[in-house]
Amino acid sequence: MSMPDHLDMEEAEEERPRSGPRLPASLRRDQPLVPVDSVAGRALVVVIAILTFLAALSAGAALLAARASEQWRGAVANEMTIQVRPDPRRNIEQDMARAVELARAVPSVAEVRPMPKTESDKLLEPWLGAGLDLVELPIPRLIVLRLSSVAANDLVAFSQTLRREVPSATLDDHRLWVRRLSTMASTIILAGVAVVLLVLVAAGLAVAFATRGAMAGSRDSVEVLHFVGATDEFIAREFQTRFVALGLRGGAAGGLAAIIAIALLGFLSSAWSATPEADQLQALFGAFEIGWSGYAVVILVAAVVAAIAGLVSRLTVRHYLRAMS
Amino acid sequence: MVRFENVGLRYGMGPEVLKDINFSIAPRSFQYLTGPSGAGKTTLIRLVLMALKPTRGLVNLFGQDVSRLEAATLTDFRRRMGVVFQDFRLLDHLTVYENVALPLRVTGKEETSYRAEVVELLRWVGLGERMHAVPAVLSGGEKQRAAIARALISRPQLLLADEPTGNVDPGLGRRLLRLFMELQSLGTAVVIATHDIALMELYDAPRLVLADGHLHVDA
Ligand SMILES: Nc1ncnc2c1ncn2[C@@H]1O[C@H](COP(=O)(O)OP(=O)(O)O)[C@@H](O)[C@H]1O
Ligand SMILES: [Mg+2]
Repeated sequence: MSMPDHLDMEEAEEERPRSGPRLPASLRRDQPLVPVDSVAGRALVVVIAILTFLAALSAGAALLAARASEQWRGAVANEMTIQVRPDPRRNIEQDMARAVELARAVPSVAEVRPMPKTESDKLLEPWLGAGLDLVELPIPRLIVLRLSSVAANDLVAFSQTLRREVPSATLDDHRLWVRRLSTMASTIILAGVAVVLLVLVAAGLAVAFATRGAMAGSRDSVEVLHFVGATDEFIAREFQTRFVALGLRGGAAGGLAAIIAIALLGFLSSAWSATPEADQLQALFGAFEIGWSGYAVVILVAAVVAAIAGLVSRLTVRHYLRAMS
Repeated sequence: MVRFENVGLRYGMGPEVLKDINFSIAPRSFQYLTGPSGAGKTTLIRLVLMALKPTRGLVNLFGQDVSRLEAATLTDFRRRMGVVFQDFRLLDHLTVYENVALPLRVTGKEETSYRAEVVELLRWVGLGERMHAVPAVLSGGEKQRAAIARALISRPQLLLADEPTGNVDPGLGRRLLRLFMELQSLGTAVVIATHDIALMELYDAPRLVLADGHLHVDA
């Protein structure tokens, strides 16, 4: 604006001698146009961080369950075992040899592997402890069968033959267990996904309430912005920018905490791996590592939370502005 | 550019504060809006700003009936008007510079494109050294000048100033009046709401006088 110089306020001339032109690189501080009370802002960041943490952990647990169930399925789906129980009236080695012979005769059984006694004793170590003389105990022996196809139909007959010929032996069908475990795993996965969804809804509500609070608190600023020619769109964007920033901060903090927690659990479980407890856990959940995709899921959850913060604050502001006019 | 026809206004269920108001404001004109405290000067300014809807009558701005304006037109009209509020209404968390730059910033302009212009205007109203201060630390006169600078920065076609000399000593009041006259000579229509008789005697201009809810023009 080119204004004539003579209109300069004399007062300013008197009180503050003018120092030459001075234009800092950017005069505008990085201030949002709409103030968001910093205490409320911090509280919102903490709430979002906690929610993100919970959502990320649930997502991680769901992923872990999915992985574990995949492992069981792959490892066990086409396997069966024959269990030969010790009987003082029978010779267990002879029973073993007879059962192996019968199994080999079944067309759908591709491979028969009698488990040596040392190996089956080892399986019990986690539960009974090492150093126990297992020769003294009547421990059942195992024969592992690998099936050539999952849809074998001669197994029922084989089971009956086995019971008749070797009364101390029984055929265990793992596939039933696999089905039960998969059902359990699916339940865990569904529960995890449900928790994630609930947490996202909670995060959205928290942001909506915080936005309403901020709007009510800056009603005056909003009115001034309208008077100086700001559109609703512009004002909504200002709020949204602010809340996306808060959402990103909370999401990053919560996601980071979740990554640290998961890494810590992984570290602890590998530190335990020499102990029997770890073997039991591993048997159930597989290795306690969620790997790349796990961390990606955590980051995704944090990003979705930030996006929800932006979207919800925008919708809330637009709604409020419409109600105001 | 402003025309009121039989405008009446009441707040809620209260008495009619303004009754049968008829007047118009021509481009590049200069006028006072006067009347005792509580006469309805601020209310009338809020009607022009479209912050209030008249309870009856017709308000016409820039040739359009404001009772059915699109949101975009409303924003456009507000951008053509500059307003100095009686209580300034500077945003507390922004610096003087940011407050004055606000009307340009909300149009989505790049900060670098208006920086020099804002700084020049701030120097012109004597706030060159105070541009980084927040309103809380300004004196009444400084806030007044910041509010005026914010109203001028977008070179409005219409300037509405509500008691712009109400918070300053008579010396500064005179200088501010000179500033408004200069603005009018640069092409802006100016309306100054005031109940300060001494101020109006400094420079003779038509007076829109509010009394008992009615308005008459003293030319
Ligand atoms: N928001 C409001 N609600 C109710 N009454 C109001 C409101 N604003 C102003 N009034 C009343 O309207 C009348 C005119 O007020 P105002 O326009 O502020 O007068 P002035 O600016 O001339 O001093 C006063 O009687 C005042 O009490
Ligand atoms: Mg008033």
